[in-house]
Parts: sequence; C-alpha cells; structure tokens
Amino acid sequence: MVSISMGSTLSAKPSPWACRLSVTAVHFFILVLFLQNMNADTWLAILGVIVVHLYSAVALYLWSNLDRTTAGDTVIVAVTLEFILIAVLFWDRFSDWPWSTFFGLFVMQSCAYLGVRFWRGLSKAPPTAWFGLVVILLYVLMAAAAPVIAPFGESEIVGFEYEPWGGEFLLGTDNLGRDMLTRLIYGGRNTIGIAFLTTCLAFFLGSFLGFVAATLGGWTDQGLGRLCDIMMAIPGLIFILMVLSVTGTSIPVLIVVIGVLDSTRVFRLSRAVAMNIVVMDYVEAARLRGESLWWVMWREVLPNSMAPLVAEFGLRFCFVFLTLSALSFLGLGIQPPLADWGSMVRENATLITFGDITPLLPAASIALLTVGVNFVVDWFLHLTSGLRE
Amino acid sequence: MGKLAAMVARRLALGLLTLFIVSVFISLGVEFLPGDLATAVMGQSATPETIAAMRKELGLDLPLHERYIEWLWKMMHGDMGVSLANQREISELIGTRLENTLFLAMIAAVVAVPLAVTLGILAALYRYSLYDRLVNITTLSSISFPEFFVAYILVLVFAVTLGWFPSISNVSPGLGFWEHAYRVSLPALTLTLVVIAHMMRMTRAAIINLLASPYIEMAALKGMTRSRIIIKHALPNALAPIINVIVINLAYLVVGVVIVEVVFVYPGLGQLLVDSVSTRDIPVVQASAMIFAGTYILLNLTADVLSIATNPRLMHPR
Repeated sequence: MVSISMGSTLSAKPSPWACRLSVTAVHFFILVLFLQNMNADTWLAILGVIVVHLYSAVALYLWSNLDRTTAGDTVIVAVTLEFILIAVLFWDRFSDWPWSTFFGLFVMQSCAYLGVRFWRGLSKAPPTAWFGLVVILLYVLMAAAAPVIAPFGESEIVGFEYEPWGGEFLLGTDNLGRDMLTRLIYGGRNTIGIAFLTTCLAFFLGSFLGFVAATLGGWTDQGLGRLCDIMMAIPGLIFILMVLSVTGTSIPVLIVVIGVLDSTRVFRLSRAVAMNIVVMDYVEAARLRGESLWWVMWREVLPNSMAPLVAEFGLRFCFVFLTLSALSFLGLGIQPPLADWGSMVRENATLITFGDITPLLPAASIALLTVGVNFVVDWFLHLTSGLRE
Repeated sequence: MGKLAAMVARRLALGLLTLFIVSVFISLGVEFLPGDLATAVMGQSATPETIAAMRKELGLDLPLHERYIEWLWKMMHGDMGVSLANQREISELIGTRLENTLFLAMIAAVVAVPLAVTLGILAALYRYSLYDRLVNITTLSSISFPEFFVAYILVLVFAVTLGWFPSISNVSPGLGFWEHAYRVSLPALTLTLVVIAHMMRMTRAAIINLLASPYIEMAALKGMTRSRIIIKHALPNALAPIINVIVINLAYLVVGVVIVEVVFVYPGLGQLLVDSVSTRDIPVVQASAMIFAGTYILLNLTADVLSIATNPRLMHPR
C-alpha cells in the first residue's frame, strides 16, 4: 500500500494530538458560541449544545479512522483554527448567528476531511474539475454562512429602488430597495438548500424503488416500471404546473412534486445498474445464506452501484436546480419575501432594457454552479469508467 | 414487413394507452391532490352555499367516471369549458395562442434542425480539431444555462446594445408572415440555442460511432475523400438515431416555449398556462396541459415509430 503523500515524507501514522486538540478547540468554540446566545433563544441554544456533542463525537470517530499523515492532519487543524480565528476577530458578527457559524465550520471541516481522504484522486484531477470543485465549495460555504457574510438582512429595505453599483451597496439595490448582494447570498442559500433537499428525496425514493424492482423482479418490477413510464410521458414542467395549480405553491409542495417527478429518472438508472448486480454470484450467495431483502439491497447492491449513482446525483441536482429556478422565475416557485435567484431575475428584468446587467447576476450564478457541477461530474464519470475498464 | 407493422402497431397502441392515462390524470388530478379546489378558488370568506355552487359549476359533485367521460367528450368536440377567471370560452382563449406557440416552435425548428445537423456533421468531419472543441464547449455550457439567462443575454446584445430586434415579441393576429417572424426572432433564437446542443452532439456521436465500421474503412481505402465518406456512407446509416433525437427535441421545443414566452411576453399557450396556474384557473390549466402533454406524447411516439421504421434490419429482413 502506498500511503497518502502530500509532499510529506512521513508515512507512519502520526500521534493523535492534532486530532484531539482540534476537536477540543471546536467543541469549546461552538459551546461558547451557543451559550452566549442562551438569552436570545434558550431552546435553540440547548439544541445547539446537544448538536455540538454529537458533532464532536462523529468528528473524533471519523478522524481516528482516517488513513492519516502529518501533512493531512496539519491541513485539517489549520483550516479549523483559521476559521475560529476569523470568527473571533469578527466576533460581533459571528456571535449573532451561532447556527450559521456552526454550519460554516462544519462545511470547512468536512471539505478539509474529504480533501485529505480523497487526496490521491484529487491531485490528478484536470483543471476543469478543480474549477468545478472550487466553485461548489464557495457556493456551499456561502449558503451555509449566509447571514454572517451578507451585509444586510434578507428582506430589509435599505435604500432607494435600483441604486447603482458601488458605495454602500456593492451591487446596487433591487426593485424594492433591498441590497442586491445580500439578496444574492440569501437567494443562493434558499435555492441551493431546497434543490439539495429535493434531489435527496428523489434519490431516496428512486434508488430505493429501483433496487426493490431489480431485486424482487416479476410483478413489482413491471408495476413500478409502467408507473414510471407514465410519469415520464408527461413533460416535467407541465406536470409540475398542473399540480401547483391545484395545491397552490409552497416550499413543501415544491420539494415533494419535483422530488417525486425526478425520482423516475433515478429509478430507471438504479434499476438498470442493480439489474447487472443482482445476477452476480455474491448476491446469489447472500440470498442462499437467507439474508433479507433489506440486507441484499443495503450491503450488496448499494455499495456496488455507488459510482453511477453519485454521478447521477450531480446531474439530477443541476436539473432540479434549473427547474426550481425556472419555476421561481415564472413566479410559481419560492415566494417572496424569501430571496431566490430565479425570481430575482424576474423582479429586476426591467433593468435589462436600460443595458444594466444587474438582473443577469443571479442568472449567471445559476449558470456558474451548474457548469461547475457538470465539470465535476464529467471528471468523476471519466474516473470511475477508467477504473472499471 | 409483417414484423415491422406489428411493432409499429404495438407502439401505437401503447402510445394511445399512455395518452388515455395522462388524460385521466389531468382531468381528475384535482381529486387525488390535497386541498379543496372550490375553497381555494373562492377564498377563505366564502359561505358553504357559494362553495357548494362552485363545486356544482366545476362538476366536482359528479362521480369520477361521469366527470371524466363528460370532460373527454366535450374536449373531443372542441368544447373545453369556460375560464373561471373571466368566464370566456377556453377554446376561443386558446385558439390564436396555440397558433402563436406553434408558429414560434416551427420557426425555431426550421432554423435549429438543419443548423444542428450541419454543425454535427462538420464536427464529426473535423473531429478533435479546434472547431470541434469550440463547438463542444459552447454546446455543453448552453445546456447548463437556464433558458431565461440565454434569453436575457440575447436581449442585452441584440435588442439593447445593437437594436436589431425588438426585446418584446408583441404580435397581433393581422400581422403578415415576415413581420411576425421578425418579431419572434429573439425567442426563436433562444429556443434554437437551447435545443441545438443536444441534436448536434447526437449527430456527431452517431456518425463517429460508425467510422470504425469495415465499409467505412473500405471506402477510405478506395481513396474517397473524408467528406464524401461521411456524407455518402456514414450519414445514411446514422439516420435513425439522428431522426430520433430531432423529433424528441421538437417535442421539447413545444414544451420549452413556456419560459421563453414569459420572458418575451409573447401571447402564446405557455404564457396562458403560467397565468392560469397563478390565478388557479383550473379548466384553462387542464385544457392547455392536455394540449401540451398530447403534443409531447404524440411527437415522442413519432420518434419511436420512426426509429423502428428506419432500422435497416427491420426494413430489409432476410
């Protein structure tokens, strides 16, 4: 086994001091963060304290199982301490938003962890994939710590309508006099968050049913397959509009409708992938051992169909994200006063006729994210197909 | 020939069945989804009597099968009911709008299809060249862009900066063909850009797939030029997947107009559908959704039948 090398010559497992120190630092930092907020919202703060303990436990567990080097540890500790340092320097901003600070830290630590864990693959990634990864990281960080970064409140009216760029408002103000930059940051959080939840729903539903159909076969397979065919026969946007006209538009409805509709594509893929796996000898062996359906799906089929599913997750996310923005653009998605990139384009569209590109900023943000995700998925597909051949 | 006819017939039967199930869903979807429509339409302040009257007007008090058969019967005779918002006949409301939408989709298709096929053939001919890579990157990014982004960029460039085309497609029934076409040029261009990528990539892939075949090698050894090989030998054999992807994209075109119509305030069916969804004008939504879904299903069916029919193995059975 070649150990992970990050320019370091040490290959032996380093002492766990860094891991313990870092987790302790994070633990106390977040503890202070939530405790000083005790007066503002007691129950949320208590929940926060519980979450801190769980988080520390998980971090300690994951980290001690990581195949580590000194360099890898240094990266994780450095990222963590840096974040804490920034938070302490701008304490009055961060202390107002304990949850956002926590999410920001969570994102930074997860990225550092994943970066170290998969460094060997990452170091060979092409520049387009790196570009995509950096874009995704920035977006996620922005979404996680939105209130801390944004200069104003989400729907706070801070100036006149359509103020130009520069000065107090970096990107000007929108049609109601709200700060454009703030809206952009919050809009990213809302759209990305909802799109992510929707994609997760589509995946749980689609891959679960797909695996069930492939493992059981027979009537279950036929029934689910035909149902899926019918749903795919209606054009997606029309289907969603139909449902929204009856139920009215709200965030849970959006998540469920788009999620269920999109699960049909996941169903097709996961069924096709699982079909090739369930005929393997090891699945046969598991069945002969008398393992349950659940075991076969969870322990035999799922781990072996991970690669195509992860790639599909990226593509589905893009698709859901575009659908959601399109709906918001039509005024039928995320409703004001919540910020959203699609509806921001619509609200400020009049500016375009004056040659002002401000309304294109949210649209460009959407495009940048989808392009970034596509680049990463391209690389990932290339990687996994190369490994399999 | 019997086998081919049987396959086409089976596919057609399946398509009709799908159409039937979709129509059931669209007409009765109100029933299966949560929330009471009559209450939603009338608002919170409605009395039980007015709600009951509303339910009667919408036909919600009839049993399901009666409601569906009545709806279908009327639909087939061109009577789509009355709009809840302004009490106008839906068929009258939809008539010119449907024409407008089809006109826009047609213009986009007339530009997009030959352009996509030509670009695809050129990309296959000069594969791995700078041109190929350029086209590849452009089409990949145009797939990832939201439609309204493409639309507004075009407005910014062609309507605001250059002033060549109108930024709003304001059409009225009495317009001549060329004037109408001129006014929808920007929405048509947007749609073209949106669908061209997929068609072009498929054309390129379909041709490149064939280039390893022995008969292509034979043609090359005969001393034919590359362009002649591709046009005379590869293209006819790649026709089935190309036709398939073209028809599928035409189907997408009919549906994709919704957002483009809203951007350019074009009085088409998509615009009507979106407006009706926000005012919750269910009969109009049902009628336009049925038209969209029907067109989509029929075009997809055509794609299936054509790809069966152009399959050389089925055309020339041994």
